[in-house]
Amino acid sequence: MKVAVCVKQIPDPADPGAIDPETKTLKRDVKLILDESDSYGVEMALQLVGEDGEVVLVSMVPNNERNGLNNALAMGADSAILVSDDALSGSDALSTAKVLAAAIQKTEPDLVLAATESSDGYTGTVPEQIAELLGLPSVTFAKEVTVVGESVAVKRQTEDGYDEVDCPLPALVSVTAGVVEPRYPSFKGIMAAKSKPVEQFSLGDLGIETTTVGWAGSRQEIVSIEPAPAREAGEIVEDEGDGHEKIVTFLQEMKVI
Amino acid sequence: MANIWIHAETTEGVVSTITLELLAKARELGDVTAFHAGSDAEQAAVELGAHGASRILTTGDLDNGLPGPALASAVAAKASEESPQAILFGTTYGGRDVAGRLSVKMDAPVITNIVDLLDDDGLTGVEPVFGGTTNVMTRFTGETAGIFLIRPKSFTAEEAGGSPATVETLSIPDLGTTGSAKITNRFVEESDGPKLDEAAIVVSGGRGLGEADNFQMIENLAGKLGGAPGASRAIVDAGWVPYSYQVGQTGKVVKPDVYIAAGISGATQHMVGMKGSKTIIAINKDPEAPIFSIADLGIVGDVHKVLPALLAAIGD
Repeated sequence: MKVAVCVKQIPDPADPGAIDPETKTLKRDVKLILDESDSYGVEMALQLVGEDGEVVLVSMVPNNERNGLNNALAMGADSAILVSDDALSGSDALSTAKVLAAAIQKTEPDLVLAATESSDGYTGTVPEQIAELLGLPSVTFAKEVTVVGESVAVKRQTEDGYDEVDCPLPALVSVTAGVVEPRYPSFKGIMAAKSKPVEQFSLGDLGIETTTVGWAGSRQEIVSIEPAPAREAGEIVEDEGDGHEKIVTFLQEMKVI
Repeated sequence: MANIWIHAETTEGVVSTITLELLAKARELGDVTAFHAGSDAEQAAVELGAHGASRILTTGDLDNGLPGPALASAVAAKASEESPQAILFGTTYGGRDVAGRLSVKMDAPVITNIVDLLDDDGLTGVEPVFGGTTNVMTRFTGETAGIFLIRPKSFTAEEAGGSPATVETLSIPDLGTTGSAKITNRFVEESDGPKLDEAAIVVSGGRGLGEADNFQMIENLAGKLGGAPGASRAIVDAGWVPYSYQVGQTGKVVKPDVYIAAGISGATQHMVGMKGSKTIIAINKDPEAPIFSIADLGIVGDVHKVLPALLAAIGD
Protein backbone atom coordinates (compact mmCIF):
# COMPACT_ATOMS: atom_id res chain seq x y z
CA MET A 1 0.00 0.00 0.00
CA LYS A 2 1.20 3.48 -0.88
CA VAL A 3 0.12 6.51 1.14
CA ALA A 4 0.78 10.10 0.09
CA VAL A 5 0.82 12.63 2.94
CA CYS A 6 0.38 16.35 2.29
CA VAL A 7 2.73 18.30 4.53
CA LYS A 8 3.20 22.04 4.89
CA GLN A 9 6.30 23.88 5.97
CA ILE A 10 5.33 26.97 7.94
CA PRO A 11 6.92 29.72 10.06
CA ASP A 12 7.14 28.62 13.72
CA PRO A 13 3.65 29.36 15.18
CA ALA A 14 5.33 30.36 18.45
CA ASP A 15 6.92 33.23 16.54
CA PRO A 16 4.59 33.95 13.64
CA GLY A 17 6.26 37.24 12.75
CA ALA A 18 4.31 40.00 11.12
CA ILE A 19 2.44 41.02 8.02
CA ASP A 20 4.61 42.50 5.31
CA PRO A 21 3.03 45.89 4.51
CA GLU A 22 4.20 45.64 0.88
CA THR A 23 2.79 42.23 -0.02
CA LYS A 24 0.10 42.11 2.70
CA THR A 25 0.95 38.53 3.58
CA LEU A 26 2.81 36.85 6.39
CA LYS A 27 6.53 37.48 6.18
CA ARG A 28 8.18 34.19 5.34
CA ASP A 29 11.83 35.12 5.46
CA VAL A 30 12.18 32.99 8.60
CA LYS A 31 13.20 29.34 8.75
CA LEU A 32 10.23 27.09 8.02
CA ILE A 33 9.36 24.04 10.11
CA LEU A 34 7.03 21.08 9.66
CA ASP A 35 3.48 22.09 10.60
CA GLU A 36 2.77 20.12 13.77
CA SER A 37 -0.73 19.35 12.44
CA ASP A 38 0.90 17.36 9.66
CA SER A 39 2.94 15.18 12.00
CA TYR A 40 -0.28 13.28 12.80
CA GLY A 41 -0.85 12.41 9.14
CA VAL A 42 2.76 11.28 8.77
CA GLU A 43 2.50 9.09 11.86
CA MET A 44 -0.84 7.63 10.76
CA ALA A 45 0.58 6.84 7.31
CA LEU A 46 3.58 5.07 8.85
CA GLN A 47 1.26 3.00 11.05
CA LEU A 48 -1.14 2.15 8.19
CA VAL A 49 1.49 0.97 5.69
CA GLY A 50 3.49 -1.09 8.20
CA GLU A 51 6.63 -2.84 6.98
CA ASP A 52 5.75 -3.41 3.34
CA GLY A 53 4.12 -0.16 2.34
CA GLU A 54 5.43 3.17 1.19
CA VAL A 55 4.89 6.69 2.50
CA VAL A 56 5.46 9.59 0.09
CA LEU A 57 5.40 13.20 1.31
CA VAL A 58 3.96 15.90 -0.94
CA SER A 59 4.69 19.57 -0.28
CA MET A 60 5.01 22.96 -1.96
CA VAL A 61 7.01 26.10 -1.17
CA PRO A 62 8.16 29.19 -3.05
CA ASN A 63 11.78 28.94 -1.90
CA ASN A 64 13.30 25.42 -2.06
CA GLU A 65 12.90 25.01 1.72
CA ARG A 66 13.34 21.37 2.88
CA ASN A 67 13.77 21.67 6.64
CA GLY A 68 10.24 20.51 7.50
CA LEU A 69 10.34 17.75 4.89
CA ASN A 70 13.58 16.45 6.39
CA ASN A 71 11.86 16.23 9.73
CA ALA A 72 9.04 14.08 8.30
CA LEU A 73 11.54 11.93 6.39
CA ALA A 74 13.43 11.42 9.65
CA MET A 75 10.18 10.17 11.22
CA GLY A 76 10.25 7.39 8.63
CA ALA A 77 8.60 8.53 5.39
CA ASP A 78 10.29 6.91 2.37
CA SER A 79 10.51 9.79 -0.08
CA ALA A 80 9.15 13.23 -0.90
CA ILE A 81 7.85 15.25 -3.82
CA LEU A 82 8.52 18.97 -3.47
CA VAL A 83 7.04 21.57 -5.77
CA SER A 84 9.09 24.73 -5.48
CA ASP A 85 8.57 27.81 -7.61
CA ASP A 86 8.84 31.55 -6.97
CA ALA A 87 5.41 31.97 -8.57
CA LEU A 88 3.76 30.04 -5.72
CA SER A 89 4.11 33.00 -3.38
CA GLY A 90 0.67 34.27 -2.32
CA SER A 91 -1.19 31.13 -3.40
CA ASP A 92 -4.71 30.75 -1.99
CA ALA A 93 -6.33 27.48 -0.95
CA LEU A 94 -7.62 26.54 -4.42
CA SER A 95 -4.27 27.21 -6.11
CA THR A 96 -2.52 25.21 -3.41
CA ALA A 97 -4.88 22.31 -3.99
CA LYS A 98 -4.27 22.44 -7.77
CA VAL A 99 -0.52 22.22 -7.30
CA LEU A 100 -0.65 19.46 -4.67
CA ALA A 101 -3.15 17.46 -6.74
CA ALA A 102 -0.81 17.60 -9.74
CA ALA A 103 2.10 16.47 -7.56
CA ILE A 104 0.05 13.62 -6.06
CA GLN A 105 -0.81 12.40 -9.57
CA LYS A 106 2.91 11.78 -10.10
CA THR A 107 2.89 9.09 -7.44
CA GLU A 108 -0.55 7.39 -7.78
CA PRO A 109 -1.17 6.52 -4.11
CA ASP A 110 -3.89 4.24 -2.70
CA LEU A 111 -4.63 6.76 0.01
CA VAL A 112 -3.97 10.49 0.41
CA LEU A 113 -3.74 11.84 3.96
CA ALA A 114 -3.81 15.49 4.98
CA ALA A 115 -4.33 17.49 8.16
CA THR A 116 -7.74 19.12 8.55
CA GLU A 117 -6.12 22.54 8.26
CA SER A 118 -2.72 24.20 8.48
CA SER A 119 -1.58 26.07 11.58
CA ASP A 120 -0.81 29.26 9.67
CA GLY A 121 -3.59 29.68 7.10
CA TYR A 122 -6.47 27.76 8.74
CA THR A 123 -8.61 27.63 5.61
CA GLY A 124 -9.47 23.96 6.08
CA THR A 125 -10.66 23.52 2.50
CA VAL A 126 -7.52 22.21 0.76
CA PRO A 127 -8.04 18.46 1.46
CA GLU A 128 -11.55 18.46 0.00
CA GLN A 129 -10.40 20.55 -2.96
CA ILE A 130 -7.61 18.05 -3.69
CA ALA A 131 -10.11 15.18 -3.54
CA GLU A 132 -12.42 16.89 -6.02
CA LEU A 133 -9.54 17.75 -8.37
CA LEU A 134 -8.39 14.11 -8.32
CA GLY A 135 -11.93 12.73 -8.59
CA LEU A 136 -11.55 10.87 -5.30
CA PRO A 137 -14.08 10.13 -2.57
CA SER A 138 -13.07 11.62 0.76
CA VAL A 139 -13.67 11.54 4.48
CA THR A 140 -12.64 14.65 6.40
CA PHE A 141 -12.08 15.23 10.13
CA ALA A 142 -11.11 11.62 10.81
CA LYS A 143 -10.35 10.69 14.40
CA GLU A 144 -9.68 7.03 13.64
CA VAL A 145 -8.72 5.31 10.36
CA THR A 146 -8.53 1.58 9.61
CA VAL A 147 -7.79 -0.03 6.27
CA VAL A 148 -10.20 -2.91 5.60
CA GLY A 149 -9.41 -4.71 2.34
CA GLU A 150 -9.96 -2.26 -0.52
CA SER A 151 -11.53 0.45 1.61
CA VAL A 152 -11.03 2.57 4.71
CA ALA A 153 -13.28 2.63 7.77
CA VAL A 154 -13.19 6.07 9.35
CA LYS A 155 -14.63 7.59 12.50
CA ARG A 156 -15.49 11.11 11.39
CA GLN A 157 -15.93 13.95 13.85
CA THR A 158 -19.37 15.62 13.74
CA GLU A 159 -20.93 18.52 15.64
CA ASP A 160 -22.65 16.13 18.07
CA GLY A 161 -20.35 13.10 18.17
CA TYR A 162 -19.01 11.04 15.31
CA ASP A 163 -20.09 9.05 12.25
CA GLU A 164 -18.64 5.76 11.09
CA VAL A 165 -17.94 6.04 7.37
CA ASP A 166 -16.88 3.41 4.84
CA CYS A 167 -15.00 4.66 1.80
CA PRO A 168 -13.50 2.64 -1.07
CA LEU A 169 -9.85 3.24 -2.03
CA PRO A 170 -8.27 5.17 -3.61
CA ALA A 171 -9.50 7.98 -1.38
CA LEU A 172 -8.47 11.06 0.57
CA VAL A 173 -8.78 11.29 4.35
CA SER A 174 -8.07 14.36 6.50
CA VAL A 175 -7.08 13.66 10.10
CA THR A 176 -7.64 15.78 13.20
CA ALA A 177 -4.74 16.55 15.52
CA GLY A 178 -4.25 14.15 18.40
CA VAL A 179 -5.47 11.00 16.56
CA VAL A 180 -2.11 9.29 16.99
CA GLU A 181 1.05 10.03 18.94
CA PRO A 182 3.65 11.28 16.43
CA ARG A 183 7.04 9.64 16.98
CA TYR A 184 10.17 11.67 17.55
CA PRO A 185 12.79 11.11 14.87
CA SER A 186 15.57 8.84 16.13
CA PHE A 187 19.22 9.66 15.47
CA LYS A 188 19.24 6.82 12.96
CA GLY A 189 16.16 8.29 11.31
CA ILE A 190 17.74 11.72 11.07
CA MET A 191 20.87 10.26 9.44
CA ALA A 192 18.82 8.09 7.06
CA ALA A 193 16.68 11.09 6.00
CA LYS A 194 19.69 12.70 4.38
CA SER A 195 19.90 10.02 1.71
CA LYS A 196 16.17 9.62 1.02
CA PRO A 197 14.96 10.73 -2.42
CA VAL A 198 13.36 14.17 -2.70
CA GLU A 199 12.04 14.74 -6.20
CA GLN A 200 11.72 18.46 -6.93
CA PHE A 201 9.44 19.97 -9.59
CA SER A 202 8.77 23.46 -10.83
CA LEU A 203 5.29 24.55 -11.97
CA GLY A 204 6.42 24.12 -15.56
CA ASP A 205 7.37 20.48 -14.84
CA LEU A 206 3.78 19.89 -13.69
CA GLY A 207 2.25 21.71 -16.66
CA ILE A 208 0.74 24.45 -14.47
CA GLU A 209 0.62 28.02 -15.80
CA THR A 210 2.20 30.46 -13.35
CA THR A 211 -0.72 32.86 -13.86
CA THR A 212 -3.21 30.37 -12.35
CA VAL A 213 -1.48 30.23 -8.95
CA GLY A 214 0.16 32.64 -6.52
CA TRP A 215 -0.95 36.27 -6.45
CA ALA A 216 -2.27 36.20 -9.99
CA GLY A 217 -4.38 33.09 -9.44
CA SER A 218 -5.97 34.00 -6.13
CA ARG A 219 -8.53 36.38 -7.67
CA GLN A 220 -8.89 38.22 -4.41
CA GLU A 221 -7.33 41.36 -3.01
CA ILE A 222 -6.64 42.55 0.48
CA VAL A 223 -8.40 45.90 0.67
CA SER A 224 -7.04 46.93 4.02
CA ILE A 225 -5.45 45.73 7.25
CA GLU A 226 -6.65 47.42 10.42
CA PRO A 227 -6.13 46.98 14.13
CA ALA A 228 -9.16 45.27 15.67
CA PRO A 229 -11.01 47.11 18.45
CA ALA A 230 -8.87 46.29 21.48
CA ARG A 231 -10.22 44.54 24.52
CA GLU A 232 -8.88 46.25 27.61
CA ALA A 233 -7.13 44.33 30.33
CA GLY A 234 -8.82 44.54 33.71
CA GLU A 235 -7.45 43.90 37.16
CA ILE A 236 -4.37 41.66 37.26
CA VAL A 237 -3.34 40.54 40.75
CA GLU A 238 -0.67 38.28 42.21
CA ASP A 239 -2.11 35.31 44.11
CA GLU A 240 -1.15 35.58 47.75
CA GLY A 241 -3.43 32.81 48.91
CA ASP A 242 -6.50 34.97 48.22
CA GLY A 243 -6.75 34.62 44.44
CA HIS A 244 -9.74 32.31 44.68
CA GLU A 245 -11.61 34.86 46.84
CA LYS A 246 -11.24 37.49 44.14
CA ILE A 247 -12.72 35.04 41.64
CA VAL A 248 -15.62 34.25 43.99
CA THR A 249 -16.37 37.98 44.39
CA PHE A 250 -16.23 38.45 40.61
CA LEU A 251 -18.60 35.50 40.04
CA GLN A 252 -20.97 36.87 42.68
CA GLU A 253 -21.00 40.26 40.96
CA MET A 254 -21.79 38.47 37.70
CA LYS A 255 -24.60 36.64 39.59
CA VAL A 256 -23.12 33.29 38.57
CA ILE A 257 -23.07 32.16 42.20
CA MET B 1 -31.27 42.91 -6.12
CA ALA B 2 -28.28 40.70 -5.39
CA ASN B 3 -28.75 36.95 -5.27
CA ILE B 4 -27.12 35.50 -2.19
CA TRP B 5 -26.92 31.73 -1.70
CA ILE B 6 -26.30 30.13 1.64
CA HIS B 7 -25.56 26.59 2.82
CA ALA B 8 -28.42 25.44 5.09
CA GLU B 9 -27.72 22.66 7.59
CA THR B 10 -30.59 20.87 9.29
CA THR B 11 -31.18 17.93 11.61
CA GLU B 12 -34.57 16.25 11.27
CA GLY B 13 -36.15 19.46 10.04
CA VAL B 14 -34.57 21.71 12.68
CA VAL B 15 -32.30 24.40 11.20
CA SER B 16 -28.84 24.72 12.78
CA THR B 17 -27.98 27.91 14.68
CA ILE B 18 -25.16 28.86 12.33
CA THR B 19 -27.52 28.66 9.35
CA LEU B 20 -29.88 31.10 11.07
CA GLU B 21 -26.89 33.39 11.76
CA LEU B 22 -25.95 33.35 8.07
CA LEU B 23 -29.54 34.15 7.12
CA ALA B 24 -29.58 37.20 9.41
CA LYS B 25 -26.73 38.70 7.39
CA ALA B 26 -27.63 37.34 3.96
CA ARG B 27 -31.13 38.86 3.93
CA GLU B 28 -29.57 42.32 4.44
CA LEU B 29 -27.51 41.78 1.28
CA GLY B 30 -30.15 40.57 -1.16
CA ASP B 31 -32.63 37.85 -2.08
CA VAL B 32 -31.64 34.64 -0.29
CA THR B 33 -31.62 31.08 -1.63
CA ALA B 34 -30.70 28.28 0.78
CA PHE B 35 -29.14 25.06 -0.56
CA HIS B 36 -29.43 21.89 1.40
CA ALA B 37 -28.71 18.16 1.47
CA GLY B 38 -31.13 15.68 3.03
CA SER B 39 -34.75 14.62 3.10
CA ASP B 40 -36.09 17.26 5.52
CA ALA B 41 -36.28 20.41 3.36
CA GLU B 42 -40.11 20.57 3.56
CA GLN B 43 -39.97 20.44 7.37
CA ALA B 44 -37.33 23.17 7.48
CA ALA B 45 -39.12 25.47 5.00
CA VAL B 46 -41.12 27.41 7.61
CA GLU B 47 -38.13 28.19 9.82
CA LEU B 48 -35.85 29.02 6.89
CA GLY B 49 -38.56 31.28 5.44
CA ALA B 50 -39.14 33.03 8.77
CA HIS B 51 -35.43 33.86 8.88
CA GLY B 52 -35.35 35.28 5.39
CA ALA B 53 -34.81 32.53 2.79
CA SER B 54 -37.23 32.75 -0.13
CA ARG B 55 -36.25 29.41 -1.67
CA ILE B 56 -34.62 26.10 -0.72
CA LEU B 57 -32.69 24.08 -3.27
CA THR B 58 -32.35 20.53 -1.96
CA THR B 59 -30.71 17.31 -3.07
CA GLY B 60 -33.30 15.23 -1.23
CA ASP B 61 -32.27 11.99 0.45
CA LEU B 62 -28.65 10.96 -0.21
CA ASP B 63 -28.89 7.36 1.00
CA ASN B 64 -26.30 7.87 3.78
CA GLY B 65 -23.74 9.37 1.41
CA LEU B 66 -21.62 12.22 2.77
CA PRO B 67 -23.24 15.40 1.40
CA GLY B 68 -20.12 17.15 0.00
CA PRO B 69 -19.83 15.70 -3.51
CA ALA B 70 -23.57 15.54 -4.30
CA LEU B 71 -24.53 18.97 -2.97
CA ALA B 72 -21.48 20.69 -4.51
CA SER B 73 -22.11 19.16 -7.95
CA ALA B 74 -25.81 20.01 -7.90
CA VAL B 75 -25.26 23.57 -6.66
CA ALA B 76 -22.46 24.21 -9.17
CA ALA B 77 -24.76 23.20 -12.03
CA LYS B 78 -27.57 25.45 -10.75
CA ALA B 79 -25.20 28.35 -10.06
CA SER B 80 -23.96 28.27 -13.65
CA GLU B 81 -27.57 28.98 -14.75
CA GLU B 82 -28.42 31.61 -12.15
CA SER B 83 -25.07 33.28 -11.34
CA PRO B 84 -25.46 34.20 -7.64
CA GLN B 85 -23.29 37.12 -6.52
CA ALA B 86 -21.99 35.38 -3.39
CA ILE B 87 -22.16 31.99 -1.72
CA LEU B 88 -21.96 31.80 2.07
CA PHE B 89 -21.09 28.82 4.27
CA GLY B 90 -20.78 28.39 8.01
CA THR B 91 -17.42 27.06 9.18
CA THR B 92 -18.68 23.60 10.14
CA TYR B 93 -17.48 20.08 9.31
CA GLY B 94 -20.11 19.74 6.61
CA GLY B 95 -19.82 23.33 5.39
CA ARG B 96 -16.11 23.05 4.68
CA ASP B 97 -16.61 19.79 2.77
CA VAL B 98 -19.23 21.26 0.46
CA ALA B 99 -17.36 24.57 0.06
CA GLY B 100 -14.12 22.83 -0.93
CA ARG B 101 -15.78 20.66 -3.57
CA LEU B 102 -17.89 23.57 -4.86
CA SER B 103 -14.88 25.85 -5.26
CA VAL B 104 -13.30 23.27 -7.58
CA LYS B 105 -16.52 22.65 -9.52
CA MET B 106 -17.01 26.40 -10.08
CA ASP B 107 -13.30 27.21 -10.16
CA ALA B 108 -14.17 29.85 -7.56
CA PRO B 109 -11.81 31.08 -4.84
CA VAL B 110 -12.75 30.90 -1.15
CA ILE B 111 -12.22 33.43 1.62
CA THR B 112 -12.25 31.76 5.03
CA ASN B 113 -12.52 32.55 8.75
CA ILE B 114 -14.77 35.54 8.13
CA VAL B 115 -16.45 37.25 11.10
CA ASP B 116 -18.18 40.07 9.22
CA LEU B 117 -19.21 40.99 5.68
CA LEU B 118 -19.14 44.57 4.46
CA ASP B 119 -21.20 45.55 1.42
CA ASP B 120 -18.88 48.20 0.08
CA ASP B 121 -18.05 48.25 -3.63
CA GLY B 122 -18.31 44.45 -3.72
CA LEU B 123 -18.69 42.14 -0.72
CA THR B 124 -15.69 42.33 1.57
CA GLY B 125 -14.90 39.72 4.22
CA VAL B 126 -13.35 40.64 7.57
CA GLU B 127 -10.87 38.07 8.88
CA PRO B 128 -9.21 38.43 12.30
CA VAL B 129 -5.52 37.43 12.48
CA PHE B 130 -2.83 37.45 15.18
CA GLY B 131 -5.22 36.43 17.95
CA GLY B 132 -7.85 38.89 16.84
CA THR B 133 -5.63 41.96 17.25
CA THR B 134 -5.69 42.72 13.53
CA ASN B 135 -8.47 42.57 10.93
CA VAL B 136 -7.76 41.79 7.29
CA MET B 137 -10.40 42.91 4.75
CA THR B 138 -10.47 40.84 1.57
CA ARG B 139 -12.69 40.89 -1.50
CA PHE B 140 -12.91 38.92 -4.73
CA THR B 141 -11.67 40.38 -8.00
CA GLY B 142 -12.67 37.62 -10.44
CA GLU B 143 -15.70 37.06 -12.65
CA THR B 144 -17.25 34.13 -10.78
CA ALA B 145 -19.11 34.29 -7.48
CA GLY B 146 -16.81 34.07 -4.51
CA ILE B 147 -17.31 31.64 -1.63
CA PHE B 148 -17.16 32.97 1.94
CA LEU B 149 -16.73 30.67 4.93
CA ILE B 150 -18.08 32.40 8.01
CA ARG B 151 -17.24 31.59 11.61
CA PRO B 152 -19.99 30.70 14.10
CA LYS B 153 -21.44 33.52 16.24
CA SER B 154 -20.45 36.22 13.76
CA PHE B 155 -24.07 37.36 13.39
CA THR B 156 -27.11 37.19 15.65
CA ALA B 157 -29.91 34.87 14.51
CA GLU B 158 -33.28 36.59 14.45
CA GLU B 159 -36.63 35.92 12.78
CA ALA B 160 -37.66 38.37 10.10
CA GLY B 161 -41.23 37.15 9.66
CA GLY B 162 -41.01 35.81 6.11
CA SER B 163 -43.39 33.24 4.64
CA PRO B 164 -42.29 29.61 4.20
CA ALA B 165 -39.52 29.14 1.62
CA THR B 166 -40.44 27.37 -1.61
CA VAL B 167 -38.76 23.99 -2.05
CA GLU B 168 -37.07 23.02 -5.31
CA THR B 169 -35.29 19.69 -5.83
CA LEU B 170 -31.90 19.83 -7.52
CA SER B 171 -30.82 17.29 -10.06
CA ILE B 172 -27.55 15.64 -9.07
CA PRO B 173 -25.02 15.13 -11.87
CA ASP B 174 -23.17 11.81 -12.12
CA LEU B 175 -20.63 11.80 -9.28
CA GLY B 176 -18.37 9.00 -10.49
CA THR B 177 -16.56 7.49 -7.51
CA THR B 178 -16.44 10.78 -5.57
CA GLY B 179 -19.79 10.04 -3.96
CA SER B 180 -18.93 6.55 -2.75
CA ALA B 181 -18.19 7.30 0.93
CA LYS B 182 -21.16 6.09 3.01
CA ILE B 183 -22.13 6.67 6.61
CA THR B 184 -22.72 3.28 8.25
CA ASN B 185 -23.44 4.44 11.81
CA ARG B 186 -24.03 7.68 13.69
CA PHE B 187 -23.05 8.27 17.30
CA VAL B 188 -24.21 11.17 19.45
CA GLU B 189 -21.95 11.84 22.41
CA GLU B 190 -24.23 12.89 25.25
CA SER B 191 -22.92 15.21 27.93
CA ASP B 192 -24.63 16.18 31.17
CA GLY B 193 -24.21 19.94 31.12
CA PRO B 194 -24.88 22.58 28.47
CA LYS B 195 -23.17 22.41 25.07
CA LEU B 196 -19.77 24.09 24.91
CA ASP B 197 -20.75 26.61 22.25
CA GLU B 198 -24.07 27.47 23.92
CA ALA B 199 -23.07 27.57 27.61
CA ALA B 200 -23.31 30.83 29.59
CA ILE B 201 -20.23 29.79 31.59
CA VAL B 202 -17.18 28.07 30.12
CA VAL B 203 -14.26 26.79 32.17
CA SER B 204 -11.22 25.83 30.07
CA GLY B 205 -7.94 24.19 30.99
CA GLY B 206 -4.57 24.20 29.28
CA ARG B 207 -1.03 22.88 29.50
CA GLY B 208 -0.52 24.66 32.84
CA LEU B 209 -2.64 21.96 34.49
CA GLY B 210 0.47 19.78 34.28
CA GLU B 211 -1.14 16.41 33.68
CA ALA B 212 -4.32 14.89 32.25
CA ASP B 213 -5.76 13.88 35.64
CA ASN B 214 -5.89 17.50 36.73
CA PHE B 215 -8.50 18.22 34.06
CA GLN B 216 -10.97 16.77 36.56
CA MET B 217 -10.74 20.12 38.40
CA ILE B 218 -11.95 21.85 35.23
CA GLU B 219 -14.85 19.40 34.90
CA ASN B 220 -15.75 19.90 38.57
CA LEU B 221 -15.68 23.68 38.41
CA ALA B 222 -17.74 23.72 35.21
CA GLY B 223 -20.23 21.37 36.87
CA LYS B 224 -20.56 23.50 40.00
CA LEU B 225 -21.10 26.67 37.95
CA GLY B 226 -23.60 25.04 35.58
CA GLY B 227 -21.20 25.60 32.70
CA ALA B 228 -19.33 23.57 30.10
CA PRO B 229 -15.68 22.44 30.23
CA GLY B 230 -13.36 23.43 27.39
CA ALA B 231 -9.70 23.00 26.50
CA SER B 232 -6.81 24.57 24.64
CA ARG B 233 -5.47 22.91 21.52
CA ALA B 234 -2.26 21.95 23.35
CA ILE B 235 -4.01 19.49 25.66
CA VAL B 236 -6.33 18.19 22.96
CA ASP B 237 -3.28 17.42 20.82
CA ALA B 238 -1.69 15.78 23.86
CA GLY B 239 -4.71 13.48 24.07
CA TRP B 240 -5.92 14.60 27.53
CA VAL B 241 -9.44 15.42 26.33
CA PRO B 242 -11.42 14.79 23.10
CA TYR B 243 -11.30 17.14 20.11
CA SER B 244 -14.89 18.20 20.85
CA TYR B 245 -13.59 20.11 23.93
CA GLN B 246 -11.33 22.37 21.92
CA VAL B 247 -11.92 26.13 22.06
CA GLY B 248 -10.13 28.18 19.44
CA GLN B 249 -9.62 28.84 15.80
CA THR B 250 -9.49 25.11 15.10
CA GLY B 251 -12.21 24.19 17.55
CA LYS B 252 -15.36 25.84 18.87
CA VAL B 253 -15.98 29.55 19.02
CA VAL B 254 -17.54 30.47 22.37
CA LYS B 255 -19.05 33.72 23.62
CA PRO B 256 -20.22 32.96 27.17
CA ASP B 257 -21.04 35.52 29.89
CA VAL B 258 -18.04 34.28 31.86
CA TYR B 259 -14.98 32.48 30.45
CA ILE B 260 -12.48 31.06 32.93
CA ALA B 261 -9.08 30.15 31.45
CA ALA B 262 -6.97 28.04 33.81
CA GLY B 263 -3.36 27.29 32.90
CA ILE B 264 -3.85 28.68 29.38
CA SER B 265 -1.22 31.13 28.15
CA GLY B 266 -3.36 32.54 25.36
CA ALA B 267 -1.92 31.38 22.05
CA THR B 268 -3.34 33.18 19.02
CA GLN B 269 -5.24 30.08 18.02
CA HIS B 270 -7.03 29.95 21.40
CA MET B 271 -7.77 33.66 21.79
CA VAL B 272 -9.65 33.83 18.49
CA GLY B 273 -12.13 31.28 19.84
CA MET B 274 -12.96 33.01 23.14
CA LYS B 275 -12.13 36.69 22.76
CA GLY B 276 -15.79 37.55 22.26
CA SER B 277 -16.72 36.35 25.77
CA LYS B 278 -18.55 38.97 27.83
CA THR B 279 -16.08 38.63 30.72
CA ILE B 280 -12.82 36.69 31.03
CA ILE B 281 -11.08 35.38 34.16
CA ALA B 282 -7.55 34.03 33.71
CA ILE B 283 -5.37 32.06 36.09
CA ASN B 284 -1.75 31.58 35.02
CA LYS B 285 1.57 31.53 36.79
CA ASP B 286 3.34 33.53 34.08
CA PRO B 287 2.58 37.25 34.52
CA GLU B 288 3.63 37.80 30.88
CA ALA B 289 1.04 35.33 29.51
CA PRO B 290 -0.87 36.97 26.62
CA ILE B 291 -4.20 35.85 28.11
CA PHE B 292 -3.84 38.58 30.77
CA SER B 293 -4.01 41.28 28.10
CA ILE B 294 -7.69 40.48 27.52
CA ALA B 295 -8.72 39.30 31.02
CA ASP B 296 -11.15 41.30 33.15
CA LEU B 297 -9.74 39.54 36.19
CA GLY B 298 -6.28 37.98 36.05
CA ILE B 299 -4.83 35.91 38.88
CA VAL B 300 -1.07 35.44 38.59
CA GLY B 301 -0.73 32.20 40.47
CA ASP B 302 -0.50 28.42 40.44
CA VAL B 303 -3.66 26.69 39.13
CA HIS B 304 -2.87 23.76 41.42
CA LYS B 305 -3.45 26.05 44.42
CA VAL B 306 -6.09 28.46 43.09
CA LEU B 307 -8.46 25.88 41.59
CA PRO B 308 -8.76 23.61 44.67
CA ALA B 309 -9.28 26.68 46.87
CA LEU B 310 -11.91 28.00 44.47
CA LEU B 311 -13.72 24.65 44.35
CA ALA B 312 -13.76 24.51 48.16
CA ALA B 313 -14.95 28.11 48.48
CA ILE B 314 -17.87 27.60 46.08
CA GLY B 315 -19.01 24.47 47.92
CA ASP B 316 -21.81 22.36 46.52
